[in-house]
Amino acid sequence: MDNVINRRGEVWVFIEAVHGKVADISLELLSKGRELADTLHVALAGMLLGKDVSPLARTVISRGADKVYVGDHPLLERYQANAYAKAAVELIAKHHPQIVIYGASAIGRDLAPRIASAMRAGLTADCTDLEIGDHEDPVTKEVHKDLLYQIRPAFGGNIIATIVNTWGWPQMATVREGVMRMPDEVAGRTGDVITARPELALADVITNVLGEEPREHKVNLKGARVIVAGGSGVGSKDNFKLVYDLANVLGAAVGASRAAVDKGFIDKAHQVGQTGTTVRPALYIALGISGQVQHRAGMDESAKVVAINRDPDAPIFSIAHYGVVADLNDVVPMMIRAIRKRV
Amino acid sequence: MPYNIVVLAKQVPDTKAVTAKAMKDDGTVNRQALPAIFNPDDLYALELGLTLKDSYGGRVTVITMGPPQAAEILRESLYRGADKVVLVTDRRAAASDTLATSYILSCAVRAAAPFDLVICGRQAIDGDTAQVGPQLAEKLGLPQMTYVESVESVSGGKITARRNTDYGAEVVEGPLPMLLTITDKAKPPRYPAMKRVMQFKKATTAAAAAAAGKTPPDDHLLIDEWNLDHIKADVDRCGQKGSPTNVKRIQAIVLTGSSYKQIKPNQEGVEGLIHELIEDHTIG
Repeated sequence: MDNVINRRGEVWVFIEAVHGKVADISLELLSKGRELADTLHVALAGMLLGKDVSPLARTVISRGADKVYVGDHPLLERYQANAYAKAAVELIAKHHPQIVIYGASAIGRDLAPRIASAMRAGLTADCTDLEIGDHEDPVTKEVHKDLLYQIRPAFGGNIIATIVNTWGWPQMATVREGVMRMPDEVAGRTGDVITARPELALADVITNVLGEEPREHKVNLKGARVIVAGGSGVGSKDNFKLVYDLANVLGAAVGASRAAVDKGFIDKAHQVGQTGTTVRPALYIALGISGQVQHRAGMDESAKVVAINRDPDAPIFSIAHYGVVADLNDVVPMMIRAIRKRV
Repeated sequence: MPYNIVVLAKQVPDTKAVTAKAMKDDGTVNRQALPAIFNPDDLYALELGLTLKDSYGGRVTVITMGPPQAAEILRESLYRGADKVVLVTDRRAAASDTLATSYILSCAVRAAAPFDLVICGRQAIDGDTAQVGPQLAEKLGLPQMTYVESVESVSGGKITARRNTDYGAEVVEGPLPMLLTITDKAKPPRYPAMKRVMQFKKATTAAAAAAAGKTPPDDHLLIDEWNLDHIKADVDRCGQKGSPTNVKRIQAIVLTGSSYKQIKPNQEGVEGLIHELIEDHTIG
């Protein structure tokens, strides 16, 4: 597999089609892909694989793509690593995009490494941001213009690393769900749809799914990079919607203090603290949580703590990096707006 | 029917032990302050290999790539029940990214042939990429089952396993040989057996024995040591040379809670806060 350094190459987003719909993560990537393509003055394209998926191309274009490459084949009806990787490699090798980004979903993390290995291309996992910038090789002093900065937390989230690849193109990365803005739908936006039938045989589909067991989304506080937690100050079960709204725009997990759990605002599975889960996220946002020692013991190793509470003497402020002394009902909607705007 | 099982494991710094205490004054991680441990997911991979051997018979070979001190996790593998352990160590392999690492491991696994199953942990806690498993599968020309939580059966040249997806779980079936990556939802790892600890605590590589001025250990206490030449790796595809991705910059996330900033509860204040959190990559 030859690696072509195609500086005029397009920016591609792998479009995950699940149950006849474009996955949210793929839409989020289109907003970042649009930025990168505009900076590079090249086209943004979606790579859409599946069976009879052409109708979804319209959604991809309406969310910012200039083109959609559709690899349509009956054998791509459901995701399978070998077949999807083969079809994707065929498209990438034909069109030489300079960047290909994937969602860091179960599918993206299964697929992208296989493609990278087959193409001997660089791949950075789980990025939280992507930028375009120049890079001077520290040894040769050669300056590489307009590379993809692949920015990701590493070392258990304790450092942020910026990765570049000067060779082994296309530059590829998987991107974490919930960290990019969801692009607005633009009705009437037009673009090209290029449909091709990948070369696939039954022998390329090597594993079979025998059965599926959908599960309710488990509360995953331990693995969350960002946690938005509510306390008794949230006031009611209904008002916990605010906590969820903020968590949703941040792609965060929802936590709670024992007081909120005891008052029946939220299930115990969300409880953070000595009798609940101990967490160490990159960011912990405490809403209406006074910060009793039992709660603090479960979250005081968070890298950043933002506390919002009406009581200026609430102990939570003693471990916070940022404090807002105010009613969370006023502040949370402002935060949601600011995050949506990417100020 | 007995199976030849290869388990891949990595020695990693215990990143969970990174607290404010393990940080240097400049806000960077003091790696020396962190204990080196058996990568947690890899213990689940080893456990699965041993469980399959218990059920069907066969042989479990554990391979690790790393500096000579990574032999420690190979001894731990012997304590838990591995039949053979191999240390792949070579200065020319240093600074390998996931592409180069998977290439080197593919050469090592081929050198350990024959194999019916190659089992890896889902990801290593120092990099958390989860890329090496699928990349290794591709390099070995094997199909893969990632995020496996249990193996239902292995028979008639086929394996059936339950794996996690974004929407729940699915049961998948595929032919042998197969590469699996295992999550921590799988059966918890067994403890080292006291008898085996006594039996294998002196297991070492020939090089380590020589360095300590001792005669090479008996065969059953020998940890095989392979370099890139033994496994017929093309050195241009290893180490820094074989790694397309390079770290351009590292920013430490300072863990001390010493700085406190009061934010005004108005639009300007809140926007300033969000801006700072985006700027330092706390949020994307």
